[in-house]
Amino acid sequence: MKKLLFTFLTVLGLTLNVQADLRINVTEGTFKPVPIAITPFEGGGDPQLSQAAQEITQVITNDLQSCGLFKVVDPAAYIQSAKDVMNQPRFADWKILHAEALVGGLVHRQGSNLQIDFRLFDIFTETQLAGLSLGSEPANWRRVAHKIADEIYEKITGDKGYFDTRIVYIAESGSEMNRKYRLAIMDQDGANHQFLSSGNSMVLTPRLSPCRTKIAYLDFGKNNKQPNLQLFDLQTGQSSSLGAIQGLKMTPRFSNDGSHLILSIADKGVTSLYTMDLGSKQLQRLTTSAGAIDVSPCYSHDGTKIVYSSDRGGKPQLYVKDVNGGEGERISFGQGWYHNPVWSPRGDLIAFTRQHAGGFSIGVMRPDGSGERMLDSGYLLEGPTWSPNGREIMYTYQPHSKSKSLLASVDIVGFNKRNVNIPGEGSYPTW
Amino acid sequence: MRLQITGLLAAASLLSACGPCPEDCVNVSGQGGLPSEIAAVAAESPCVAGSQADFVENVGDRVFFDFDRSTVRPEGIDTLQRQAAWLKTYTNYAVTINGHCDKRGTVEYNLALGERRAQKAKDQLVAAGIDPARIKVVSYGKNRPIVEQNGDEWAYQQNRVAITVLD
Repeated sequence: MKKLLFTFLTVLGLTLNVQADLRINVTEGTFKPVPIAITPFEGGGDPQLSQAAQEITQVITNDLQSCGLFKVVDPAAYIQSAKDVMNQPRFADWKILHAEALVGGLVHRQGSNLQIDFRLFDIFTETQLAGLSLGSEPANWRRVAHKIADEIYEKITGDKGYFDTRIVYIAESGSEMNRKYRLAIMDQDGANHQFLSSGNSMVLTPRLSPCRTKIAYLDFGKNNKQPNLQLFDLQTGQSSSLGAIQGLKMTPRFSNDGSHLILSIADKGVTSLYTMDLGSKQLQRLTTSAGAIDVSPCYSHDGTKIVYSSDRGGKPQLYVKDVNGGEGERISFGQGWYHNPVWSPRGDLIAFTRQHAGGFSIGVMRPDGSGERMLDSGYLLEGPTWSPNGREIMYTYQPHSKSKSLLASVDIVGFNKRNVNIPGEGSYPTW
Repeated sequence: MRLQITGLLAAASLLSACGPCPEDCVNVSGQGGLPSEIAAVAAESPCVAGSQADFVENVGDRVFFDFDRSTVRPEGIDTLQRQAAWLKTYTNYAVTINGHCDKRGTVEYNLALGERRAQKAKDQLVAAGIDPARIKVVSYGKNRPIVEQNGDEWAYQQNRVAITVLD
């Protein structure tokens, strides 16, 4: 995989003390996005640099606009160029435009690489919130743009940005009766889309490793007759088998240190939870409920607990158990069935799929089962995954029986629901 | 039960002069229904006794399940007993039982449910005297439907199924 070449990353400017005024705290459904002015980055008259500057501005604008926390002020009204903003913003004039944050940037050449300088200002306190100089190979300009958007996002929201991230998902095509499933990867905004498997065999339930270098997934193998867990290495582009063991191994997820998987194995009509050491491939059984389906396990953010779905009480419900043993304790008590629990990277919430009254919802609840709320509902929604900062949830989204299977995302507060940019149909994103 | 099977096999043998069905009839005309339906299909597409097509059309290759259930229903037990009898006659075959679910569920849970359905069918064959080593089980969950599901109950039913495929 391509590596971003950081020749340098320096902090520009002196006024780095961050004022709290511009910080936003999104805890309720009603919330006003921060008006931000992003002056078009400049390339100093060089056509190539000017082109790069324009594209970088576009990506930053898209990132910030798409997350729902910012509203980009119409560039037609801007009263200073990026170059002037980099020198000295005229804060009083920007205030008239009701902009609260201001961004400017310049693109230079540094040998064969690009150097991108940018600054972020708080217009009301008239202070600089961020100033960075980033170096990169010309081909990696998109990542630089995402890094800048991440920096702006973090300075204003207090949360880590997630724009410089990638998403793995199952790309689907063909009719219901002749469906093709391919492993695919793309940037979170849909750019740099790549297929990682041929589609000759059915692949399901991919999960990214904590370092985002490996993908564990279920591959049905030759003629779709030999389902087995595979590990795809994003650095080498190679896929390897995780060993032939009796039973259907499925729903893998990585431990937080990436050293082992937690998974379920369906065998002789019983589906139980196991861990698998990725070095030795040794399995350890975690649950034994006679005749039950214990499936879709996921570790808590700190690795001390496991959440999973089990039908041991009759219908699939969510249970939480200690990693060191003990019985699972049921946490879901609402109407319907509960599937696909995923612990937030922040630890505060568990996302899940709820199946009820002929439809599906994506929802969240606290790890003790309290505070349950639905974020989106429709004909067939399933397979939630968290953004790395625990702020957004992405999922399989088929709103009506006749619509396509798409990917959608929503903020945990329930606003900013949007479709994710994929070339065809898709399911089961992992972020 | 045994007599009925013999009768059906005999009927199939009489009509087998035109040779075996094409491979794809396995998927197109698989039946687990009433004997009268099987007989009607058999009359239209004759199959060689002991062939794949014979198994599908005259024995019944599939058993159906209720929504979210993996209990084999009485008519399913009949079908599996016919399958066991047939497999005792034609001992050269191993089989794979494919478990399927309708699309009203999640990918993950349905993989497990499909496995449980296929296993329940296997249990019946084993109880009827078939060596478990001859029977493999694979679950496709909801991801490889048997018929297109456009909302009617019949289509959902066709997909809540364990299908015995001759290897």
